[in-house]
Amino acid sequence: MLVVRVDRCLGCRSCELACALEHTASRDLEQAIYEVPRPRARVKVSQGAEFAIPLQCRQCEDAPCVAICPTRALHRADQDSPVFLDHDRCIGCTWCVLACPFGVITLDPKGHTVIKCDQCFERVEHGELPACVSACPTGALQFKAIEEVVAEKREASLLQIERSLSVDAK
Amino acid sequence: MAGSNRRSVDPAACQMFDLACQQGQEVVYDRFEAMQPQCGFGHLGICCRNCVMGPCRIDPFGEGPQEGICGATADTIAARNLVRSTAVGASAHSDHGRDVSHAFLATARGQAQGYSIKGITKLKALAQELGIEVEGATPEEIAEKVGEAVLEEFGRQEDTLRFAKRAPEKVQARWREMGVMPRGVDREVVTALHRTHIGVSNEWKHLIKTCVQTSLSDGWGGSMIATDLSDILFGEPMPRSSQANLGVLRQGEVNIIIHGHEPTLSDAIVAAAQLDEIQAECEKVGATGLNLGGICCTANEVLMRHGIPLVGNFLQQELALLTGAVELMIVDVQCIMPALSKIVGDKYHTKLISTSPNAMFEGFEHIEFDENKAMDSAKDLLLRGIRNFANRDRSKVVIPDEKSPLVAGFTTESIFDHLGGRYRPSYRPLNNGIIDGRLRGVAGVVGCNNVKITHDWGHLEMVKELLRHDVAVVLTGCSAIACAKAGLLDPEAAEHYAGRGLKQICDAVGMPPCLHVGSCVDNSRILTACTEMVREGGLGEDIADLPVAGAAPEWMSEKAISIAFYVVTSGVFTVIGEPLPVLGSKKVTEYLTDGMEKDYGGKFAFERDPIKGAQLIIEHLDKKREALHLAPMMFAPRPTDTLGKPWEIEEAQASVA
Repeated sequence: MLVVRVDRCLGCRSCELACALEHTASRDLEQAIYEVPRPRARVKVSQGAEFAIPLQCRQCEDAPCVAICPTRALHRADQDSPVFLDHDRCIGCTWCVLACPFGVITLDPKGHTVIKCDQCFERVEHGELPACVSACPTGALQFKAIEEVVAEKREASLLQIERSLSVDAK
Repeated sequence: MAGSNRRSVDPAACQMFDLACQQGQEVVYDRFEAMQPQCGFGHLGICCRNCVMGPCRIDPFGEGPQEGICGATADTIAARNLVRSTAVGASAHSDHGRDVSHAFLATARGQAQGYSIKGITKLKALAQELGIEVEGATPEEIAEKVGEAVLEEFGRQEDTLRFAKRAPEKVQARWREMGVMPRGVDREVVTALHRTHIGVSNEWKHLIKTCVQTSLSDGWGGSMIATDLSDILFGEPMPRSSQANLGVLRQGEVNIIIHGHEPTLSDAIVAAAQLDEIQAECEKVGATGLNLGGICCTANEVLMRHGIPLVGNFLQQELALLTGAVELMIVDVQCIMPALSKIVGDKYHTKLISTSPNAMFEGFEHIEFDENKAMDSAKDLLLRGIRNFANRDRSKVVIPDEKSPLVAGFTTESIFDHLGGRYRPSYRPLNNGIIDGRLRGVAGVVGCNNVKITHDWGHLEMVKELLRHDVAVVLTGCSAIACAKAGLLDPEAAEHYAGRGLKQICDAVGMPPCLHVGSCVDNSRILTACTEMVREGGLGEDIADLPVAGAAPEWMSEKAISIAFYVVTSGVFTVIGEPLPVLGSKKVTEYLTDGMEKDYGGKFAFERDPIKGAQLIIEHLDKKREALHLAPMMFAPRPTDTLGKPWEIEEAQASVA
């Protein structure tokens, strides 16, 4: 899963650039700036009150976009796969845009389809990290198994309990 | 880390990069790898930090913001950033010129210790050019007036920079028409920086003109002053033999490296190194002698005047320290990696000493050089190195075997002697060689090393491709050092690399096919040589008419941007490896690589592949030859001798293994 560490994001938008580039024909920045259709990012660095945060599809387990898609353009290849979009099936009805709780699916008006994060499944199949993750200079974006994330959180919470106990003991 | 083939094509460098890898020593390529991926906004030149309403960046894909907070577009931002880089590059050269001018004037006034006015012929020629009376005056008296006149060029506010008037009339006319005639050396830099302040100039074409004017104040100003006064103060370079590569370091001797750019201190060090008392000190510590070597352009300065060997170029500065055989590295300014002190750490005995008031380094000892006590300063530094010899840990010493013979030290004036032979000192043989079709033309291949391209590969591939097509090559800076290490500066090289026509010229004149013409400020020699070619006649009336071209296949520094600009706008087509950081602006990119030619006679090409770059140059030379109705080339090109792409070779080797 994609992990976002809000305290690390400096808002540089390198993830946006890398994401858009990954979804071009040339995958070369110097050529991509001239490509048609224009490259588009599936991640958006959004500004919170005091923080910036890169937002992209959370690949929901019970994904409202998949449930609502009338043409089954949005689908999962298998239980563990991210939510994919079949461009040929998509009719651009934007039901998914409305259903998405996070606002991370958008319409590409020129492409007549919606666009969303595919978690760079091709890169991941080749053992690489998603483009946004590998582009992030501060490690604000990470790609980890959910078990790993849970284990880390548990460890952090244990540490907190230990600390509070030792303070109490004093 | 990538295999050593991908890092360098120099076997000595590969050996030392491998050693670093085995020892877990972090070097430049490791830091490059850790820095990946690099920021696309910066690469395209479309981030702006000129005010703190920002930072701003333009979305190159057209989805996000297309204007900064002040309204600056990608065109404005890319051009404005380029102005700043050009100004920094020009400043570096011009400040170098200023330092030399101060030492020059101090010498003329008898205040500087250990220097003397050596290039009397050139001094008199320059004095006459500046309208200074030479009859009946001593060299020192002439030099004082010349020094004062030249220093005025830095602060000149209006009218025209004096040395810009050396350019062919047509070139000057073009500058006047474009409104880019440089006024004073410092003036242009200050005005350029002013124009990039928020809310000043935002029209991209006006900003590019600013780049041009600033760079001309470097090429035909600061750099040219540095070259001319260095030739007079330290002696005019003459062709001389030496050696290049890490193998010039010696086991039993005290090895002292001078690294950086300015010749003021390094020249004094070379003089001091020859003193008996210094040699005696070496014996006292059990060394068989003192071995001086250079890195970067300091190396080129002392090579062409004193035959001091070249230890290596920019990407070898860390490697020299990893030999464990260097007692002292003395640095001044420019291209000195802050990483050096970490390389030494507590692992090596090497002393690192910075000497310029303009550059201090964490972890270096700073002993400021005083030109009024140049000899004392130089001796003191050498003694520190010699005394450190006892601390050398012989078990850590690894000196690669590689060193190549070379001939260097050609100048606008000494090419005269070389080309014409003793009885015909003129550019006639060069121009005739071109007119007859023995030579296709001349290319200047200059510039840095850059981790983005395999070390030295860009220079060597391009130069060899040019040589086999009968293109004579002039070299400066780290490019010259790359070619020196590969044996291309050996007169024998004509036999192995030159096309038949070029070889005939080399044999007749006794010169190598590539001429080392000095340091990076000495790119000004290329401008004056082009002017001489025009003056000699038969190749048009404008530098832009000449079958000449420039290239910087491994460039990386802001100085290189300034150089490229003054070369292009003096009328020379120039191929650079990495593109300028302006690709985020289509208009600026198209202008620099196309439209500019109409305005200035020259334009840029961005081409990372050195062979393709060489082919662009060859096409350009042929186009110019055709326009001049010159004879067809006498000989077909020599068969290719390309190294191939290092990473492909590496992959092939890996798959065999």
